[in-house]
Amino acid sequence: MSIQKVRSHISPNEALLFERSSPGKKAYQLPELDVPPVDPATALGASHVRAEIEGFPEVSEVEVIRHFTRLSTWNYAIDHGMYPLGSCTMKYNPRVNELVARIEGLAWAHPYQPESLSQGALEIMARLESALLEITGMDAVTLQPAAGAHGELTGILLIRALLEQRGNPRKKILIPDSAHGTNPATAAIAGYQVENIRSSEHGLLDLVALEQSVTEDVAALMITNPNTLGVFESCIIEAAAVLHRKGALLYMDGANMNALVGIARPGDFGADVMHLNLHKTFSTPHGGGGPGGGPVAVKKHLEPFLPVPRLKRNGEGWALDYARPQSIGKVRAFYGNFGVLVRALAYIMAHGGNGLRAATADAVLNANYIRKKLEPYFDLPYTLPNMHEAVFSDERQARQGVRTGDIAKRLIDYGFHPYTVSFPLIVHGAMMIEPTETESKLELDQFIDAMISIAGEVEAEPGMVRTAPHSTRTSRVDEVKAARKPVLKWTPASP
Amino acid sequence: MLVACGLESLEELFAHLPEAVRLKRPLDLPRGVSEYEIVDYFRRRGEENAAGYASFLGAGVYAHYRPVLVDTVVARGEFLTSYTPYQAEISQGTLTSIFEFQTMICQLTSMDVANASMYDGSTALAEAALMAARLTGRNGLVVARNVHPEYREVLKTYAKNQDMPLTEFGYDPETGAADLAGLEREINDRTAAVIVQSPNFFGVVEDVDRAAAIARRSGALLVMAFTEAVSLGILNPPAADIVAGELQSFAISPSFGGPFAGIIATREKFARQMPGRLVGETTDTHGNRAFCLTLATREQHIRREKATSNICTNQALIALMATVFMSVYGKQGLRELAGQNLAKAHYLAGKLQPRFTGPFFNEFVVSTGRRSPDEINHVLLGERIIGGLPLARFYPELPDTMLLCATEMSRREDMDKLAGAF
Repeated sequence: MSIQKVRSHISPNEALLFERSSPGKKAYQLPELDVPPVDPATALGASHVRAEIEGFPEVSEVEVIRHFTRLSTWNYAIDHGMYPLGSCTMKYNPRVNELVARIEGLAWAHPYQPESLSQGALEIMARLESALLEITGMDAVTLQPAAGAHGELTGILLIRALLEQRGNPRKKILIPDSAHGTNPATAAIAGYQVENIRSSEHGLLDLVALEQSVTEDVAALMITNPNTLGVFESCIIEAAAVLHRKGALLYMDGANMNALVGIARPGDFGADVMHLNLHKTFSTPHGGGGPGGGPVAVKKHLEPFLPVPRLKRNGEGWALDYARPQSIGKVRAFYGNFGVLVRALAYIMAHGGNGLRAATADAVLNANYIRKKLEPYFDLPYTLPNMHEAVFSDERQARQGVRTGDIAKRLIDYGFHPYTVSFPLIVHGAMMIEPTETESKLELDQFIDAMISIAGEVEAEPGMVRTAPHSTRTSRVDEVKAARKPVLKWTPASP
Repeated sequence: MLVACGLESLEELFAHLPEAVRLKRPLDLPRGVSEYEIVDYFRRRGEENAAGYASFLGAGVYAHYRPVLVDTVVARGEFLTSYTPYQAEISQGTLTSIFEFQTMICQLTSMDVANASMYDGSTALAEAALMAARLTGRNGLVVARNVHPEYREVLKTYAKNQDMPLTEFGYDPETGAADLAGLEREINDRTAAVIVQSPNFFGVVEDVDRAAAIARRSGALLVMAFTEAVSLGILNPPAADIVAGELQSFAISPSFGGPFAGIIATREKFARQMPGRLVGETTDTHGNRAFCLTLATREQHIRREKATSNICTNQALIALMATVFMSVYGKQGLRELAGQNLAKAHYLAGKLQPRFTGPFFNEFVVSTGRRSPDEINHVLLGERIIGGLPLARFYPELPDTMLLCATEMSRREDMDKLAGAF
């Protein structure tokens, strides 16, 4: 008799909260009111007072904790194992960072409390600013943007402001075809047209194509370095010179900064403006998709345009400076994702300068090790030396009708999160693997063994790989159905 | 591992980099420190802040009690250390909780569709304005001056580069509510969105229905912002076309201004112009209920420069805090919580001179009498109380006023002390 999965186990069958609800159940306690109660209709006007919130949950405390604990078991996380999503830099999230972000004086600080009672928070921001400037080689940084794409927008608005001041904001942003989707979307939101540049046969920025494209209409080039193949753009200094000669600027997407910290600084190779992803390079938790942090660092000529407020030394302490007439304004209320900034600074402090550089070297070594071990089994379309990630193609496996997405799903059965699927777009059937410095040789070898085993399965049992995963609570999900007739909220079943 | 890679030293990994780009010195940062030293450093910084003060600041960031269950849930590594749920089969925990979040936001706002959250309320409002422009094919924005000043500044930053003219209309000097006659003057056939906030920055509950009627007569959409989500426990959900709000009040620490979670909710017919992530229900190959990210053809990773927004992340973990909060309080609790806020604020207001006559929830503007707002706040600091926000900073025409907020955490004795300083 074979052992079968039991679908009636309560944990994988946890219902939605709304289905668990019954009238009168409650999980909250409030203190007894120490002031006279107020009649809502009298205070607010009867027309402003709502009826009960239809359908809102009514559950007990233990039901709340069990509900979310059961749901949590349906997730994969870094705490389970390797999460080699290329370009996402899924590294370990140190738990001390969670603790310090919850220290009362920090977690309960109100953004409008007096500056004299905010010195601790401002000092943290100032210290993080100075660390980020040393790491990037730039001249000034704003911590206000809430995430990477938000940082991109801020950066492009700074470029626009500078060019406007010089008399012409220009029309176009150049973007290599290997770029993240946020780059062209950002350019459009900032009011620019996008012109794509084809990568060279080696997957690099094509300097000749760049020279032809840079006209008086071009505001900037947005480039990720190392690029999305994990390859350092070796002609970056020359590219910056081409742009600068024509009065255009170099925007660097810092998504792959984990390959550079302590090794090379964008400020030293010609970047005028860049963003950092604190949730990638600086270990703040991704949390299932946010919060992030997207500081933007600039060279001196862009500094006057940075969002308000700016930190300013004021005698003995720190102050917030709003008197910045050339500023692009605000991109977010208040001062940024402060709680994320706290965590990023804690990470930098734990590592120190040498530790940060060592982490970079480990991340690059791990990626090269994977590349070397998997090269015999998977097609490697671009062969220049790579840094923190390696990008394979599914070309060999596609002959058996198995695509990158199928191999990714099969990895789940081996206990790993998939790599990044089908990106960058310049690689056919891309498999983009970024191990980060977090992984030990033991975990890397287990991952490599899994990939090699899957390569064998593709030859022997392609149908089994195409229908993976087979060991998860939820089997392959019908995404087409979800999009065809969107059901975006729960409604009670009709009687 | 080096041997396997055919290398002799770690430095060789970087040998292919051009000489000119390489940093030839160690980073000039202090050496790494231990866990204890890190905790000690941040404790000290916390002590330099206002720890242990009673506070009456609101203005978009509110002090509400955070039920213990909230951090218990979000501290779980399965939620904390997972990525965006693109791989649905191993992300059902996050996806299911977001689906519940979207449902609760719809219930709360009486809207048909809510997204999986935005960076915060201010950026949600800016994105809602851009959304209204796409939906109407118009580009004008007409904004009430009693919308949160920092939200308006963010809106200006976004609107300016989209070539969207933004005009403002005032407020009634008696009631503190938006001046709807002023709105009638500013609105025209180029107006994409009329933007009001309720309760507004002065704490006054707006007549959103009337503003919406004016907007619709001109073919514009009504966008309603909110900063105090607890108010929705007691206030009628708005008759808006798009709701853009901030959920900080739902168990999200003030944290010096972030991270927070914004929302956008709207009517069904507008859903495809929404920015941000959406989770939808579907089935797996065995026919079991499952959830996945959906309608991604609106988003940047598919549509690139034609996307509805450049937004990539949402605020999943922060939205989860709000989801747990809403689950803990539930139907009855949110109402009772809102009732306590209402009672505390009205108790405090009863001891002072409210500047406006419009109905208010847990915030209100007071006129300061013999002492200036700064003097009053200075006196209060001596009693370890942080007073209100002097409004002259944002509204020069309102000197000698401050914005005060009372929540369920405001103690009667502190309110009495506060009133005594006026």
